Amino acid sequence: MKILVGYKRVVDFNVRIQVKPDGTGVVTDGVKLSPNPFDDIALEEALRLREKGIAEEVVIATIAPADAQAHLRNGLAMGGNRAIHVVTPDPVQPLAAARTFLKLIEKEQPGLVILGKQAIDDDCNQTGQMLAALWDRPQATFASKLDISGEKATVTREVDAGLETIEVDLPAVVTTDLRLNEPRFIKLPDIMKAKSKKIDTIELSSLGIEHGGEIRTTHYAPPPKRSRGVMVKDVAELVGMLKQKGLV
Amino acid sequence: MSERETMEYDVVVVGAGPAGLAFAIRLKQLKPDVRVCVIEKASTVGAHILSGAVIEPAPLDELLPGWRDHPPPICVPATHDEFLLLRDATRALKLPTPPQMNNHGNFIVSLGALCAWLAPQAEALGVDVFPGFAAADAVFDEKGAVAGVRIGDMGVAKDGSHKPGYTPGIDILAKLTVLAEGCRGSVSKTLIAKYGLDKNCDPQTYGIGLKELWQVPAGRVQPGRVTHTVGWPLDDRTYGGSFIYHLDKDRIAIGFVAGLDYSDPLFRPWEAFQQLKHHARIKPLLEGGQIVSVGARALIEGGLQSLPNVEMPGAILIGDAAGLMNVPKIKGTHQAIRSGMLAAEHFAEKQSGAGFDARLRASPIAKELHKVRNIRSGFHGGLWRGLLNAAWETAVAGLSPWTLKNHADWSSLEKLDPPATKQNRPGPNAKSPRERGWIERTLPPRDRLASVYFAATEHDEDQPVHLHVADTSICVERCTVEYGNPCQRFCPANVYEMVDDIGTDGNKALRLQINAANCVHCKTCDIKDPYEIITWVTPEGGSGPNYQNL
Repeated sequence: MKILVGYKRVVDFNVRIQVKPDGTGVVTDGVKLSPNPFDDIALEEALRLREKGIAEEVVIATIAPADAQAHLRNGLAMGGNRAIHVVTPDPVQPLAAARTFLKLIEKEQPGLVILGKQAIDDDCNQTGQMLAALWDRPQATFASKLDISGEKATVTREVDAGLETIEVDLPAVVTTDLRLNEPRFIKLPDIMKAKSKKIDTIELSSLGIEHGGEIRTTHYAPPPKRSRGVMVKDVAELVGMLKQKGLV
Repeated sequence: MSERETMEYDVVVVGAGPAGLAFAIRLKQLKPDVRVCVIEKASTVGAHILSGAVIEPAPLDELLPGWRDHPPPICVPATHDEFLLLRDATRALKLPTPPQMNNHGNFIVSLGALCAWLAPQAEALGVDVFPGFAAADAVFDEKGAVAGVRIGDMGVAKDGSHKPGYTPGIDILAKLTVLAEGCRGSVSKTLIAKYGLDKNCDPQTYGIGLKELWQVPAGRVQPGRVTHTVGWPLDDRTYGGSFIYHLDKDRIAIGFVAGLDYSDPLFRPWEAFQQLKHHARIKPLLEGGQIVSVGARALIEGGLQSLPNVEMPGAILIGDAAGLMNVPKIKGTHQAIRSGMLAAEHFAEKQSGAGFDARLRASPIAKELHKVRNIRSGFHGGLWRGLLNAAWETAVAGLSPWTLKNHADWSSLEKLDPPATKQNRPGPNAKSPRERGWIERTLPPRDRLASVYFAATEHDEDQPVHLHVADTSICVERCTVEYGNPCQRFCPANVYEMVDDIGTDGNKALRLQINAANCVHCKTCDIKDPYEIITWVTPEGGSGPNYQNL
């Protein structure tokens, strides 16, 4: 089986996000970029399936600007067999991402697609679901456990009410939740090996998909600042102040 | 030699700063076939780099002719110099700008951004740059020479046991190990001690540098304006000063440096920096603005008389790992780049580091240090004597027939008088009688924890503490009484806390708590602790601050 893994590059989770002064977006200059943590989990799961002999090949794919080669090398150093870089200078929205992945699926014919449940930059949580619909295959989202046997996958999902276990026919789309696994550390020799692995580059514009128009962002703004707290001496002063503000 | 997995190179460079990257680039330019790698403990190149920084461009012109056509992302020509003596929180006296501090022709950069810009240029020449991998130790051959470095293990739990993802670090073996760790590098420190490289020089002396990058309201910034101050909020016995650099895009880099030879155990460097920001000349620049990034880093200030032997069997020291900063110029980047290039030229000719020490000492790098050797050390007598001595040394261009001595920073603290007790001891924010007219603050950050947030520092909590305190009973039994635990004050990230535990017997027991996850890798504790019992070692690779354009 071949597994296709989505591998998005995002602003690192440790970075304190700043909105550009003109409100057109967030600052990414000089900011650390990393793989989306849920995508690292997706890749780790695919690698474990390969190590168990269930999959033969793990292909990682990203939709990103031309400078994202190092990002893909990172995924290849972790253990991906090869990578596909769909190049576009602009960020894509979930529907465009799903349409792009559908094109990759048509070409690659994977037995399983594993995506992060969401990317930590836009937090959309839509691409996996949209892809399953477009592909007309089953979806198993928010996976915290994944077992494959034959043509079926048994997936434990993290849902509001607790855990739900479902069985889906393959091929299917699985999206990962935090507890699915803990991604491995990259080893130095593997970084060297990754240098010779193959990255296919495709221009997004050459895929002939519609993108960009569905959601229009009007502006970005940081959350309003909280005003400073006030220290009160005793309960009486607290009650007095609450009364003064008309809250009690 | 070890049983670990190994990789072999001709040269391994520890640290992707200006010295290490300049070395790698120069070596590849001279010998394209030499195999060289650079390892870096930060998760990305530049994330642990902190500097002012106004740089002299000449070494960069030599290393990368044509760099001006595609400059690093932050690169503003310095246009206007100003040197102020701050008398108190409101008054400032303009002093003549010392000639070393004339910045005409220089550039204000972010050294972090500059290194992040250099790394791909090194890679394009075939250098393997590995961010996220920390050098834990040197590796030695059977003759006792340095044979490379050992990468730290990943996935070790706090108690030393192996977590499921445990990945042992490999050994990188090389003919030459180039230590470019910067000031007080942990491997460099071990090797300087092992080979006695500092036995014929003065003790090293350091400073602590604190820096913030601000985004301020439009219209305030004059790109290229360079201001330096001395005086307030420091007392006249403490060496230090500040810098205020106006960048482009309404950004200001502001920083503060205090000599770690300070004597007051109650001195709070971080608080002094915050005070400085509230000076009447400075506060209006920042008010209403936002902090982008914050950090701290020790500086190496000993100069020529503290310069250790920079070669040992199998390895050399370059840049601030050796200690090449020119303190009166407040610059080290040009020296770091030059030393990296010189070392590369040396290795290209000799295929070894032998003879590099003599070559460095005969080079313009050492000449520059010789000229200013008495200026920093002249401030041991306080600000006024220091300034007069600096004027003299500048007038005679360092031709004084004497060389002033440096003293070890850990030994410079005065004991509390009267001594403290465990019950009645100065807290982390205790006021010192030597604080001159310190004022109520309004600008962010409120405290050191709020400040660490802007350093975006990250350490997996479940890993061994990377700040080794040899004997914590000294902290409790002696330091509390004698010095009032100055680690609680000199650490800019609030790593060290003295806490009262209630023991099983119901009595209070004083204990040192180390909040290692806050650490910003400045190395101040390793330098300043008065009993020399703190050792800073590398945590898991990729841990530490994530500075943005510092």
